[in-house]
Amino acid sequence: MTELPQDRPATPSALARAWDSDLAHSFRRSPVTIVAAAVVTVLVMGAVLAPWVAPYDPFDPATLNLMDGFTGPMTPNEFTGNTYWLGTDDQGRDVFSAILYGMRISLFVGVAAVLFALVLGVALGLLAGYLGGWTETIIMRIADIQLTFPSILVAMLIFGIAKGLTPPEARDTMAIWVLIVSIGLSDWVQFARVVRGATLVEARKEYVQAARLIGRSPGAIMLRHVLPNVLSPVLVIATIGLALAIIAEATLSFLGVGAPPTQPSLGTLIRIGQGFLFSGEWWILAFPAATLLALALSVNLLGDWLRDALNPRLR
Amino acid sequence: MSPILELRDLVVEIPTRRGVLRPVDSVSFQIAAGETLGVVGESGAGKSMTGTAVIGLLERPARIASGEVRLAGDRIDNLSLAALRRIRGKRIGMVFQDPLTSLNPLLKIGDQLAETMLAHLPISAEEARARAIAALEEVGIPAARSRIDSYPHEFSGGMRQRVVIALALAAEPDLVIADEPTTALDVSVQAQIIALLRRLCRERGTAVMLITHDMGVIAEAADRVAVMYAGRLAEIGPVQSVLTDPAHPYTRGLMASTPMAQPSGERLHQIPGAMPRLDAIPAGCAFHPRCPVAQDQCRLGETPTVAGCGGRAGCWLAAQAQVAA
Repeated sequence: MTELPQDRPATPSALARAWDSDLAHSFRRSPVTIVAAAVVTVLVMGAVLAPWVAPYDPFDPATLNLMDGFTGPMTPNEFTGNTYWLGTDDQGRDVFSAILYGMRISLFVGVAAVLFALVLGVALGLLAGYLGGWTETIIMRIADIQLTFPSILVAMLIFGIAKGLTPPEARDTMAIWVLIVSIGLSDWVQFARVVRGATLVEARKEYVQAARLIGRSPGAIMLRHVLPNVLSPVLVIATIGLALAIIAEATLSFLGVGAPPTQPSLGTLIRIGQGFLFSGEWWILAFPAATLLALALSVNLLGDWLRDALNPRLR
Repeated sequence: MSPILELRDLVVEIPTRRGVLRPVDSVSFQIAAGETLGVVGESGAGKSMTGTAVIGLLERPARIASGEVRLAGDRIDNLSLAALRRIRGKRIGMVFQDPLTSLNPLLKIGDQLAETMLAHLPISAEEARARAIAALEEVGIPAARSRIDSYPHEFSGGMRQRVVIALALAAEPDLVIADEPTTALDVSVQAQIIALLRRLCRERGTAVMLITHDMGVIAEAADRVAVMYAGRLAEIGPVQSVLTDPAHPYTRGLMASTPMAQPSGERLHQIPGAMPRLDAIPAGCAFHPRCPVAQDQCRLGETPTVAGCGGRAGCWLAAQAQVAA
């Protein structure tokens, strides 16, 4: 037996290790990903910091002046002389501020819906893959049935049912939460399927057998041994799922069944704006739509990069 | 003293569309404390299935159809899952074939060792860590104190198998089942691993069921050897007598087809044919279609089991030899 040094080489700091990791390396080498990450960062910062960044509060009727209505972007209003970067809508509301606040809602609903779908899907997929038998049959057949409907239809169905169940006076305040649950419920199948597949592979490995052998309960084995080993595909689906959830929210809001006009999301803004498209006030529609496009595209590109970067076969 | 492990006419069955398969058929043997029983046979002879049945990890639809498994005198084949969970791991350790997959890639090895110890021994987390370091030192991991915080991928195959052995012995079991522990390793480290397993189990008086298809490993590590064929025990006895004077024609064929250190210049012997599929095991002696000395009676009825030379064999020929003697 050769004598090895007792001390391992000094461990570099966590930051240095993160900078040197394969993931960071592949990130630095992909200009598209860097741009997408920058766009996402700017948009998210703008949304989170909206109350401080936005020049106006679009929800404070006292600050709105109807005389400012229909001001074009970067042109002074003919009555008040005020200039707005991205123009105003019919009520004189600053489009730029409305977009920042709208993104807040879109992002919040998107992230919350994905988290909800993730927790539900991962839990059900893990149970189905590890326990098998009737548990698996029931869970996966429900998943299969749900997959036969377009997810937006499922979301609308759940949204409709939930709205019918909430008391009328609470509808506007509950709308956001109902939206999150309906998008989340329409999206868990992806997570469940991928996690079930990965669980089937992992559960067959000997370390899981060893854990069973030392007498750990099935719950402990699933959480401690199987779950951490099936999470990397989940990360990828969650990222791409975020883009889909944001689009789903926008679709529902555009159809008028999502975020209420008192809390307009990007989709609501687009719905309001499309009425003015043919009367020449294009900016009320175009800027929220472009923001949605940039947000969804950037998140999607990040997801694509993550999928490739985490796939050892493509390194 | 009662043996640590005792199998009595163990039968494992798998019901299928084409009838009930018996991957393990009426297998009986005992292993005493500190003793190593080697179990050899071709692929599909039922070696691993026997080991899996002993620890109660048979996957459905395979099940123990009849027979008994006794651990230190107590039956364990009919225990409830909860009761089985308490004794598995505490009293039976397992060394798996592939050290790549028998350790959780995302847990530090120290945490995996501590998990096993904490599950079965009344000790604190700090004590478990101290014991984990001691266990790693014992299996010959250099710099155990710092290596305990390493992940499995930071070890070589041989080192990983040492960790797996430490893991199997962590809860101080009475019995260790080693299922082809050297198959996935370099030839150069196989002998080390076998010697290590043997030394540690000797010291602690742990009984070992060593499953392998490598006669060299058996000769080196086992006290007794059980030869399995088509789910049945062909022959069992002390290593010396089985290897030098096999009573069963299958063992003889197996020995003749093992490469020797001194080359004789002749082609290596091979047993003609292949082991029967589980759904087509011939009547009588399962080996008779391949047996060079098969007689009429081998094709019919049950084969007698003959005791002698400290072991026993299931063969008519051995029975006749005994009558003649």
